[in-house]
Amino acid sequence: MSKLQAAFQNGKVFMAFITCGDPDLQTTAAAVKAAVENGADIIELNIPFSDPTAVDPVIQEANIRALQRGITTDSVFDFVRELRKQITVPLVFSTYANVVFSYGADRFVRTCAEIGVDGLIVPDVPFEERQEFLPQCRKYGVALISMLAVTSRQRVAAIAREAEGFLYLMGCPGTREQELTELMDTVRQNTGIPCVVCLNGTEDYRLKDVATKTDGVAVDTPIVTLMARYGTGSAEPVGAYVRQIKEELRAI
Amino acid sequence: MDDRKGRFGIHGGQYVPEVLMNAAHELEEAYNHYKDDPEFNRELTELFNEYAGRPSRLYYARKMTEDLGGAKIYLKREDLNHTGAHKINNVLGQVLLAKKMGKKRIIAETGAGQHGVASATAAALMNMECVVFMGEEDTRRQALNVYRMRLLGAQVIPVSSGTATLKDAVSEAMREWTNRVNDTYYCMGSVVGPHPFPEIVRDFQAVISKEIKEQILEKEGRLPDAVIACVGGGSNAIGTFHHFVEDKEVQLIGCEAAGRGVDTYETAATIATGSVGIFHGMKSYFCQDQYGQIAPVYSISAGLDYPGIGPEHASLHDSGRAKYVPITDDEAVDAFEYLARTEGIIPAIESAHAVAYARKLAPTMGKDQIIVITVSGRGDKDCAAIARYRGEDIHE
Repeated sequence: MSKLQAAFQNGKVFMAFITCGDPDLQTTAAAVKAAVENGADIIELNIPFSDPTAVDPVIQEANIRALQRGITTDSVFDFVRELRKQITVPLVFSTYANVVFSYGADRFVRTCAEIGVDGLIVPDVPFEERQEFLPQCRKYGVALISMLAVTSRQRVAAIAREAEGFLYLMGCPGTREQELTELMDTVRQNTGIPCVVCLNGTEDYRLKDVATKTDGVAVDTPIVTLMARYGTGSAEPVGAYVRQIKEELRAI
Repeated sequence: MDDRKGRFGIHGGQYVPEVLMNAAHELEEAYNHYKDDPEFNRELTELFNEYAGRPSRLYYARKMTEDLGGAKIYLKREDLNHTGAHKINNVLGQVLLAKKMGKKRIIAETGAGQHGVASATAAALMNMECVVFMGEEDTRRQALNVYRMRLLGAQVIPVSSGTATLKDAVSEAMREWTNRVNDTYYCMGSVVGPHPFPEIVRDFQAVISKEIKEQILEKEGRLPDAVIACVGGGSNAIGTFHHFVEDKEVQLIGCEAAGRGVDTYETAATIATGSVGIFHGMKSYFCQDQYGQIAPVYSISAGLDYPGIGPEHASLHDSGRAKYVPITDDEAVDAFEYLARTEGIIPAIESAHAVAYARKLAPTMGKDQIIVITVSGRGDKDCAAIARYRGEDIHE
């Protein structure tokens, strides 16, 4: 069983999204540790990109702040190599296609494997374009996480059947609980692979409702917003936030 | 050759968030249906001819030809179209398509404001709601166009994220499309973005080369030796090239904005200074750093101020079928003034990049040879900026 699969063995999963280097890598490390201590099951480490089009502007601003501080793909790799020694939960990278492509996909994924990164989330590489990075991910045993959306409709089954690691259901404003239920039914009919749903506060449903139907939740914007507010003092508020969500998840 | 969809050589593709994939597929299906639909094409031709004022003139620039002393120069007058640029060709096609698809709302990005004005125009004509995303920086540089869009009933949303220019307006429009994919049609302004946009926009702009071909055969009884157009994303250039791609004797030349020079950081010359990457839905050439961070670009021309280039151009560059040359601000401004004085035509500063290259090329060619320059737009919008460039402050 892979580390990612193992993370889904103890109830509903909480995946915490943290932008590397906002406001600095020391704070990133402290926030990751605080998240893990308070129950985060998977950490989604965001390698900054200048123009992240799939996420809301709050995350883009965090990405730009990190880049302005001189964060690069190489400095994130060095950082994670050290972090890995202190953290045992699965780590996945979240970044954009051009960051992986420009580094050289083979070299990028090989480095991920070397430093102990378990998966890769690339929101601008949909199912139809997965051959861009899938061969390298299979070669080095890094899961290329499959993205889903309520707008995926007739493509849900095909995406679910081919999924590796886990499925990531992107946030989509105004999504109704009924749409989520239908989508999850299709997912369950087609795969045994777990599915987490991104919760960023714009959806028309509650944590408890989505978590009941899925295998866990991923939170990005709320954590990035906390870190923007608290800066180098973010570890404690992030930890408290994770603890609160995790308690709700345990109660299900 | 890649067998994935929407490829031009290694370029193109559909690198968009999963949320948008169904919309991209829906658009592709609708377009494949309507592009060969006689009724759709009849309506579009009527809009082109009766509303936009097509066909645009192919004008023999006698004074310019005599002055340069080489090849015979013709100007394809897209500046004479309604709204003053080639942009109207594409938006009439796309907004008509959106209407057929049952969409109620058009969103668009704009740099200088030309595509925004064209989108607002088509939306007004066809009774659609229109929202235009424009970099905050550009809304200040092009305040008059912001007013024009509002006058036409569109809502203009200033984008303050990132560098607050065209690339950020594209990002914001894509984000908005992600958020309201059901009732909203994204009217892409150039031959960029995910498949099928580069194909759709090219097809609607291909009317330029279709007409050039007919007109030059009628006037000269032969094809031109070279066609020249400016390239930002590259829609007027692809429109100028399209019907000549198979005619190997016709040189295809795209003029990129070099800004203050390709050896400076203040440039937008993507082919000259960029490298292959994946951004805004496509694989193509982009101005970027070694880690793939998209570089801020600069050109005096807001319409060419984009860090990428359409994937079909990237492929035409790779194969050598088309040639891309950088033109600096200085050269473009000189050409802007030159065409005004020589032919009494004030070109858009974007189009002046093509005129600038023709001034270098024509004298090296024989008098029996022919160059066609696409004047993609008119230059009224640029007068204040050019005056400033020459140290004169005028109020619009």
